[in-house]
Amino acid sequence: MSEWGIGKPVRRREDDRFIRGRGQYTDDINRPNQTHAVFVRSPHAHALIRSIDLEEANAAPGVVAVFTGKDVAEDGLAGLICGWTVHSKDGSEMKAGGHPILAAEKVRYVGDHVALVIAETKAQALAAADLVLVDYEPLPAVSLKNSTEPGSAQVHEEAPGNLCFEWELGDKTATEEAFSKAARTVSIDLANNRLVPNAMEPRAAIGDYDAGRDEYTLWTTSQNPHVARLVLSAFVGVAPEHKLRVIAPDVGGGFGSKIFIYPEETACAWASKKIGRPIKWTADRSEAFLADAHGRDHLSHAELALDEDGKFLGLKVKTKANLGAYLSTFSAAVPTYLYGTLLSGQYDIPAIYVEVDGVYTTTSPVDAYRGAGRPEATYIVERIVETAARENGFDPAEIRRMNFVKTFPHQTPVIMNYDIGDFEASLDKALEVADYAGFPDRKEEAAKRGKLRGIGFSTYIEACGIAPSAAVGSLGAGVGLWESAEVQVAPTGKIEVFTGSHSHGQGHETTFAQLVSERTGLPLEDIEIIHGDTGRVQFGMGTYGSRSGAVGMSAIFKAIDKVEAKARKIAAQLMEAAEDDVVLENGAFTVKGTDKSLSWPEVTLAAYTGHGFDTAEIEPGLKESAFYDPLNFTFPSGCHICEIEIDPETGVTEIVNFTAIDDFGTIINPMIVEGQVHGGLVQGIGQALYEHGIYDEESGQLMTGSFMDYCMPRADNFPGFKLGFTPTVCPSNPMGMKGCGEAGAIGSPPAVINAITDALGIKDIPMPATPARVWAAIQNSATPKAA
Amino acid sequence: MPVVTMTVNGKSVSGEVEGRTLLVNFIRDQLNLTGTHVGCDTSQCGACVVHIDGKAVKSCATLALQADGAEVTTIEGLAAGGDLHPVQRAFKEHHGLQCGFCTPGMIMTAVDMIRRKPELDEKTVREELEGNLCRCTGYHNIVKAILAASEEMRA
Ligand code: FES
Ligand code: FES
Repeated sequence: MSEWGIGKPVRRREDDRFIRGRGQYTDDINRPNQTHAVFVRSPHAHALIRSIDLEEANAAPGVVAVFTGKDVAEDGLAGLICGWTVHSKDGSEMKAGGHPILAAEKVRYVGDHVALVIAETKAQALAAADLVLVDYEPLPAVSLKNSTEPGSAQVHEEAPGNLCFEWELGDKTATEEAFSKAARTVSIDLANNRLVPNAMEPRAAIGDYDAGRDEYTLWTTSQNPHVARLVLSAFVGVAPEHKLRVIAPDVGGGFGSKIFIYPEETACAWASKKIGRPIKWTADRSEAFLADAHGRDHLSHAELALDEDGKFLGLKVKTKANLGAYLSTFSAAVPTYLYGTLLSGQYDIPAIYVEVDGVYTTTSPVDAYRGAGRPEATYIVERIVETAARENGFDPAEIRRMNFVKTFPHQTPVIMNYDIGDFEASLDKALEVADYAGFPDRKEEAAKRGKLRGIGFSTYIEACGIAPSAAVGSLGAGVGLWESAEVQVAPTGKIEVFTGSHSHGQGHETTFAQLVSERTGLPLEDIEIIHGDTGRVQFGMGTYGSRSGAVGMSAIFKAIDKVEAKARKIAAQLMEAAEDDVVLENGAFTVKGTDKSLSWPEVTLAAYTGHGFDTAEIEPGLKESAFYDPLNFTFPSGCHICEIEIDPETGVTEIVNFTAIDDFGTIINPMIVEGQVHGGLVQGIGQALYEHGIYDEESGQLMTGSFMDYCMPRADNFPGFKLGFTPTVCPSNPMGMKGCGEAGAIGSPPAVINAITDALGIKDIPMPATPARVWAAIQNSATPKAA
Repeated sequence: MPVVTMTVNGKSVSGEVEGRTLLVNFIRDQLNLTGTHVGCDTSQCGACVVHIDGKAVKSCATLALQADGAEVTTIEGLAAGGDLHPVQRAFKEHHGLQCGFCTPGMIMTAVDMIRRKPELDEKTVREELEGNLCRCTGYHNIVKAILAASEEMRA
């Protein structure tokens, strides 16, 4: 095994440029003769556009051009699309309203795109944008609460009652039957708060049209540049696919928000031909708040049926999911197939039935955000299980244990087939690391200091590497969900790996190279990982859904298989040995049982000279590719235990201990995996305690539109985290990997809320459990109920 | 337009700026030093932190003209003579960065923090990071890196 191989905490190679300030993010790139773009955005949540007057803006200093929806339509550009089609209970297709690049007739949320102003400098573009006079006729705002009320304003004509779909999953009759036999039932109403992704790098784009070659290049902050190219060419019609190159250079975090294809980059690419100059746009943070796709935003009612002993019999869930004003790239999939399918949790629940109404509102589009559907599902399951334990006098750990799935594979009533796991192992380890047994003493000690201490569990399961392609296609996905890799070996033996995955913080340049090093014995410096450029990588599906290890690396693994097989054939002929006797070990090809050996570069050079082997039988060169379509989802799981203390005087919640024991299958680089967990935990705890995207019910204005109003988690909100791993090897991919990028954000919110409600002795507190809410809850529960 | 002159990473530079030009824009757009980032428009995130006369300052909340005559160090200037600063090394060693976007500001903040507080402990580091947001790392390894660098620099 190489010293950089699988399982080693290899320090990241990409760090060398980032710690020196030599990263290259989209906004760091400048093109010769570049112009600057600013978007005129709707100040109204909902309004008809009566007219747009561009005269003053066009005459303003430095202005190169101003475009509106009319220009977009005249050029025959279509709108943006949703890549997943969901069907309602009655079999009808979801009602997708149009998603224009620039709104021509109507705006549907504050921040909606009305005009594109292009000027010599950004300051000039900003000034001119203020001179675009739009005459609006305001319409009532539509919120998640009032969207389906009779008489509510209509966001899209195509969707009466603002209902995009009424989806269901599971067996309704069997579930009703389970409830009719139940000795005990529990119910709970839960809200999953709206979140703003807030990757630290705001979105940006540079569109650059080359008239000589009739080709477009688009630099953009994307998690999946090939998907962007496909959508912009096949659906929007900006340019034919082979005439559009999309480059996602260093990208400063995504968390889902940079999966989607947005109006801004579309408009910059399109308009660069119209003005014959490059156009750069960089969002400021306020725009990111307004116009990045947000996450979560569900209202749910859930009921759990149990028998006398606490065994789960059935689960019923009814959810209203906010889709925002338009369907974003994957938004229909998130509250349906990424949500309902995870409602069995780690438990053997014989019957489950879930209904989801996806509704339009006059808010920014809602789409995948770290976890995407699985945090919402986990929140339902882990909150209702905790409630069942409390209301029926079971220990929260033991009721979980009793109901765990213990044999695999396990078919849930909601599509998923869990391939492997050991839920008791992660629970037991978490109980030990968190010192659950010592909790009563700690609670007592805290009480002496006037603090309310609570403990909360979450035993989550999630699904990554969404697949196989044919199966997700049958559920409505418009794309395949495989991944590609091409391994090119140069004559000198150096390796370039072209991957369809994209790295925006995950460290692929290191972990992917570790795999190649493990397989070939080459040092990391001989291996280059190339991603994020449709001009260099043939095709790829990108990075989201914690798929890049299990799917992206598996593709590399398969491509290396082919490279190795061919190199061994060549080596065998060079050494006049039988192919089966040749092994690749520590960077050399050796004939078993002899001292005959050729180094990796000797063989790779021969592959290109074509000397010493029969090129009629074996083609010269050494370059192989693979498209890997997984056999199944992977199912990371784990146990989070959160311990908190509340100051009853202020309502401030302090996390005093947080334990996360996870099963991610095979781990390539434990240092990077731990980093992924840390980041996920802080986003999940951020959801539980701090973050909330709030639109005013009446006006539809975003009330939390800056870091002054939207509470981002900060360093002093957290203790250090205690992590551990209890891996089971995933059977469905060659390395046994599962996926670790989102688990922290999926598992942690219910653990936190379970801890707070435990400390306060209450059933529920809405997320985020701010000091004001906690304080109010304390006051309410302290007030004696009226007789 | 007024002209500013300052020393940036040891080199004297000058340029025409508008009165309203922010230091961060001068650094990024006119000097092409793009290691200093802009992550917000409300002086909250700290992605833009540079040193002015040795002190950590948010360059998005400083006018270029305010730095006239000053010594400015950006992330590009921290590795003196090519050798990484102990804080840079510690960020790599302890995996204190993921996407790298907050990193320049974090490192510049950390260098100043260690200068001001020779006796750093975890609680202090966390409090001192109040003005720096990171969405990737959960801060855990940033804190670890700063403590390690502080220890190394004290030794
Ligand atoms: S850019 Fe300066 S604090 Fe955010
Ligand atoms: S490393 Fe990505 S924001 Fe800090």
